[in-house]
Amino acid sequence: MNLRTAIRLTSAAALTLAVLAFAPPQTAAADTVDPVADAKAFRKFFTDKFPKVKLEDFVNGPYSMNEDMHRQWEEKEQFPPYEFSLDMGKEMFTKPFKNGKSYEDCFPNKGIGIRQNYPYFDEKEGKVVTLELALNRCREANGEPPFSYVRDEMAALTAYMAFTSRGKPFDIKIPNDPRALEAYQKGKEYFYTRRGQLNFSCATCHVQSPGERIRAEVLAPALGILNAMPIYRSEWSGMGTTSRRFTTCNSQIRGVPLAPQDDEYRDLEYYLSYVSNGLPISGPGARP
Amino acid sequence: MASTIRVRATSSGETTEVQALIQHPMDSGFVKDAKGEIIPPHFIQQLTFEYDGKNVFSADWGGGVSKDPYVKFAFKGGKKGDDLKVSWIDNKGATDTATAKIL
Amino acid sequence: MSMIKASSLMLTCALLMSGATSALAATEADYKTALAAAEAANKEAAGLRNQWTVTAAAIAAAKKAAETGDFDKAVASSNEAEALAKASIFQATSEKTLWKDMQIR
Repeated sequence: MNLRTAIRLTSAAALTLAVLAFAPPQTAAADTVDPVADAKAFRKFFTDKFPKVKLEDFVNGPYSMNEDMHRQWEEKEQFPPYEFSLDMGKEMFTKPFKNGKSYEDCFPNKGIGIRQNYPYFDEKEGKVVTLELALNRCREANGEPPFSYVRDEMAALTAYMAFTSRGKPFDIKIPNDPRALEAYQKGKEYFYTRRGQLNFSCATCHVQSPGERIRAEVLAPALGILNAMPIYRSEWSGMGTTSRRFTTCNSQIRGVPLAPQDDEYRDLEYYLSYVSNGLPISGPGARP
Repeated sequence: MASTIRVRATSSGETTEVQALIQHPMDSGFVKDAKGEIIPPHFIQQLTFEYDGKNVFSADWGGGVSKDPYVKFAFKGGKKGDDLKVSWIDNKGATDTATAKIL
Repeated sequence: MSMIKASSLMLTCALLMSGATSALAATEADYKTALAAAEAANKEAAGLRNQWTVTAAAIAAAKKAAETGDFDKAVASSNEAEALAKASIFQATSEKTLWKDMQIR
């Protein structure tokens, strides 16, 4: 059937669905935001689905999904492809800005071993702040131009910061503030919302089909999916940030990506990081 | 300038296993940049590993090898403490070399 | 005799068809109307933060065809773009409630 017919059929189906959807379900009013319960259910879903995978191994994404991939990961860890980017990141991080200050002055503990606390909810601003955003704000506050969120420099910086936090469990906090809860909930909504002409949500691949293939790639489980960021992807022949992954994923399903660090992406990162609390930071990572 | 070659060689007595990661753009010459212009070819053409004066591994590469190539191989022999020398030369005539002790 | 009749019948058909085609040929005005509708729908989709890449591609194809004077193609692409944009609006609107069905509980 051609596209026109398909769309007409969809519209017809839409009308039907719209009629049905207007009968408000009784439980809608009782929908309270409960991140603690969410995280528990999230973890249980994946540990039930993959009983042989140790909890901390979920952070290895597709590599924890089968034996052969696991062996490849072990080999890669002996000589990781991200070493060059990591070295560059360390060099960049320790080099002072033109005004004499450095990244150390912008972050707690001089920026060492703090990656697991990002993103956090900034109560003054009323928004989620991610590590990438914080790094660019640091640059701008010190008279330096911001880096692109999807290129090598930001990837190298976040690689170094992640590396200093290796092994530390994700420790995302949701303060007792309705705006923080709303940001969390919006992130959750984004994660499960279908988008793009291919009509996929993040969950379509990473909740419904982890361990299975999309074309030639093995899909990663959503649990622990951000713990390894940033990642050296063979597909990219280089290091890429969380922003890069979110935007390219959108375009892969034929949805026009939002701008990196738009509210939706920040909230999404907040949600995904929170539900992986307790799992260790393994970044920077390597992926196919 | 930092070396472009990272190498680790471990001897098990009978054989030595070698892993190397080399930093190089490995541009094939077929890829266009954002402006639509061809990025000129720039890739390693020859890579050699020398032990005890002999070549234990050599590779003739072209543009089909990806950026920052990783090599892993094993050769018979090789003693702990001995030197293993790695060198490459690219299509622009640039070279680099590194020597590592076998562990 | 039947052969002559058959060929004249075919000629008549051919003439009728070509006549029919030229009667339906799109004008630049038709294209501009169709494009405006497509762009309006795509703008609405943008407001819902849910544009599709294929919509933009169809709009670009429409504009490119118009540049060469092929308004039939330009109108067809514009109509396609409008349909895609409307589908993306439908997706965004229905997903506002449907997303809950996907969540892990």
